[in-house]
Amino acid sequence: MSDAGVLRMTDTKRSNLPPLQLHVPEPRFRPGDAVDYRHLVIPAPGVQPKPDETCAASETHPLCLDLVRVLGEDHKAVGPWDPKLDPETLRRMLRLMALTRAFDDRMYRGQRQGKTSFYMKCTGEEATSIAPAMALASDDMVFPSYRQQGILITRGYPMVDMINQIYSNKADKLKGRQLPIMYSAKEASFFSISGNLATQYPQAVGWAMASAIRGDTRIAAAWLGEGSTAEGDFHSAMTFAAVYNAPVVFNVVNNQWAISSFSGFAGAERTTFAARAIGYGIAGLRVDGNDPLAVYAATRWAANRARANGGPTLIEHFTYRAEGHSTSDDPGQYRSVQERSEWPLGDPIARLAAHLEALGEWTPEAHAAMDLELAEQVKAAAKAAEANGVLGHGLHHPFRTLFEDVFEELPWHLKEQSEQAIRERRIKWPEWKEEDS
Amino acid sequence: MSEQPSVKKLNMIEAINDALDVMMGRDSNIVVMGEDVGYFGGVFRATAGLQKKYGRTRVFDTPISECGIIGVAVGMGAYGLRPVPEIQFADYIYPGLDQLVSEAARLRYRSAGEFTAPITVRSPFGGGIFGGQTHSQSPEALFTHVSGIKTVIPSTPHDAKGLLIAAIEDNDPVIFFEPKRIYNGPFNGYYDKPVEPWSRHKDGAVPEGYYRIPLGKARVVREGEAMTVLAYGTMVHVAEAVLAEKGVDAEIIDLRTLVPLDIETIKASVEKTGRCLIVHEATRTSGFGAELSALVQERCFYHLEAPIERVTGFDTPYPHSLEWAYFPGPVRIGEAVDRLLKA
Repeated sequence: MSDAGVLRMTDTKRSNLPPLQLHVPEPRFRPGDAVDYRHLVIPAPGVQPKPDETCAASETHPLCLDLVRVLGEDHKAVGPWDPKLDPETLRRMLRLMALTRAFDDRMYRGQRQGKTSFYMKCTGEEATSIAPAMALASDDMVFPSYRQQGILITRGYPMVDMINQIYSNKADKLKGRQLPIMYSAKEASFFSISGNLATQYPQAVGWAMASAIRGDTRIAAAWLGEGSTAEGDFHSAMTFAAVYNAPVVFNVVNNQWAISSFSGFAGAERTTFAARAIGYGIAGLRVDGNDPLAVYAATRWAANRARANGGPTLIEHFTYRAEGHSTSDDPGQYRSVQERSEWPLGDPIARLAAHLEALGEWTPEAHAAMDLELAEQVKAAAKAAEANGVLGHGLHHPFRTLFEDVFEELPWHLKEQSEQAIRERRIKWPEWKEEDS
Repeated sequence: MSEQPSVKKLNMIEAINDALDVMMGRDSNIVVMGEDVGYFGGVFRATAGLQKKYGRTRVFDTPISECGIIGVAVGMGAYGLRPVPEIQFADYIYPGLDQLVSEAARLRYRSAGEFTAPITVRSPFGGGIFGGQTHSQSPEALFTHVSGIKTVIPSTPHDAKGLLIAAIEDNDPVIFFEPKRIYNGPFNGYYDKPVEPWSRHKDGAVPEGYYRIPLGKARVVREGEAMTVLAYGTMVHVAEAVLAEKGVDAEIIDLRTLVPLDIETIKASVEKTGRCLIVHEATRTSGFGAELSALVQERCFYHLEAPIERVTGFDTPYPHSLEWAYFPGPVRIGEAVDRLLKA
């Protein structure tokens, strides 16, 4: 090792100039810190203008630095973005969000009880998948990240099938191959989830381009977290969508944290994530992600625009990851526990329930009864799934399925390896029969 | 005579952390960066405490962009720093491949030595933790296939520290794959039994302070006459357990560095034993075992008394529920050992 290179650099330092300094972002609050969110600019609801869906993209750009909000402190829906949903639809939205939360609670406990290896909750972010899923057509193709279980629940995908996947059991439609929650559900127009980040973004653009090539009417929508906007795939997707005016809705769920890295490590100290749209010349909206009505309205706007050949829209959902990144994470190690209670945009379920109450369409008693009913519904689904096995307890797919779907047809080397796997099983458990597995 | 350095019992994570600490203390050009490595200290805790000790401009979190992480490391290396980036899981390294393969690996050659990339990319790899296909891969052969990158894989805390120090000091790019299944203990392949912690293993004893294990030198784990076993990472321990159980007097070689390979140690051993078993967790086709098999055949053909055996993972993505059917465990290794001895 030699310091020669550095010495040479030292020689070239100009003594009349200040030394350069590296900026490394640091979040405002760490464990034990008192949390004060007064620095966040939260505009009043109802005051953000709503441009025509066919407007020039540049007309939306002020909204990239604003925050579209509908529900106010008084729990009333106000302003041009109010989607004016009927009470029945609002109650359905509330129920879907509450069901998703009940599902998360049960699956989290299941992981803690050793029924599976891994789980990821979306607590506090339910509005960012359920409201868009309600605003899109049911056959619009979605390219989710790993925290959009609310889409499947909204589209009526059977919870038992979701849990079979989570338990990696013999009824898992993905044959036990994928990490829990990495669903794939073609019949729900829900693309296979990858564990690699942002890869779904250019794929959504490609699907949307294909739909345009074929003169279809379906559009695509994609989700990722703010941290993943740093990946090259995000920027490739933006460029292609802009170049081909692809009919796609991009959702950036800005939940403030990417595991332990706050949003500043994805560029949030400089500008908003919605503002990425400005640079690419596409439409952009920044919405209160804990306001289900604002999220619904923004998605409906972007979907209508895409369907009318107005091209892509990037929507930043400003929200908060109320829990850990996953069951493998302990957020108390790196952020203040007060953040969740102090979050100035509240909780999406509580806000929608309060709105319905303000309309005279809901009561705390009805809510409590609904929660009990949903918990029972999830419990019944979990029990039905458990009958098919839990991870590591023998009730998995047959061994030969390990070798299927690598290719459409099994080449000779995989046939040999398949026979080997079955032989190994017999050596370890001589009584074992393939059909028992 | 210098005094013997004192020795501490460390697991592999602690040994890696210790190596980074020792080197950052010795050389102010070393910077550590990656997703979650700063304040939090890494998702596996390998960088715990380093930011507090060395400051935010030497140990820092990065945006989630593996391309960016490797690319800026190359640039820092061009300036004269010695970056040690972490890629959180080997399975996430692919967006950084262009910067590694086309840039870091080629920089010395294409600039005739004007610019170099003295970077060490650390990354946990391998399966056995129910991580599914995106947290379990063993992509070492992708890197051994690229001219200009050194590939290092430790199998003990003692070696992890000494090899990481040598890797950081090396003036060429090194990919340092950490077998995460053995971070806490030397897994023997019996997944249904508790894992022995490193504190009860002799190679969990790690000298304090600076020491290096040269790159390109294999370790003979056990001398023997019946066959030569070539392995690295987790599979060293699995192979060792199987051969001990079968009572085979095997010579077990932990390669430690795949490129540059310690061909002399391999050759001497196979010439002595006449039989060669290669074990790796990675997929079989075009795996590093193929290279080893070719080398042994080319250099030891007239000493071989049996066909060379390869025990590997299957040519499928790493499954979730059938993880242990995929893993090249005791049964698969045992069958190959029997075939070798019968031949």
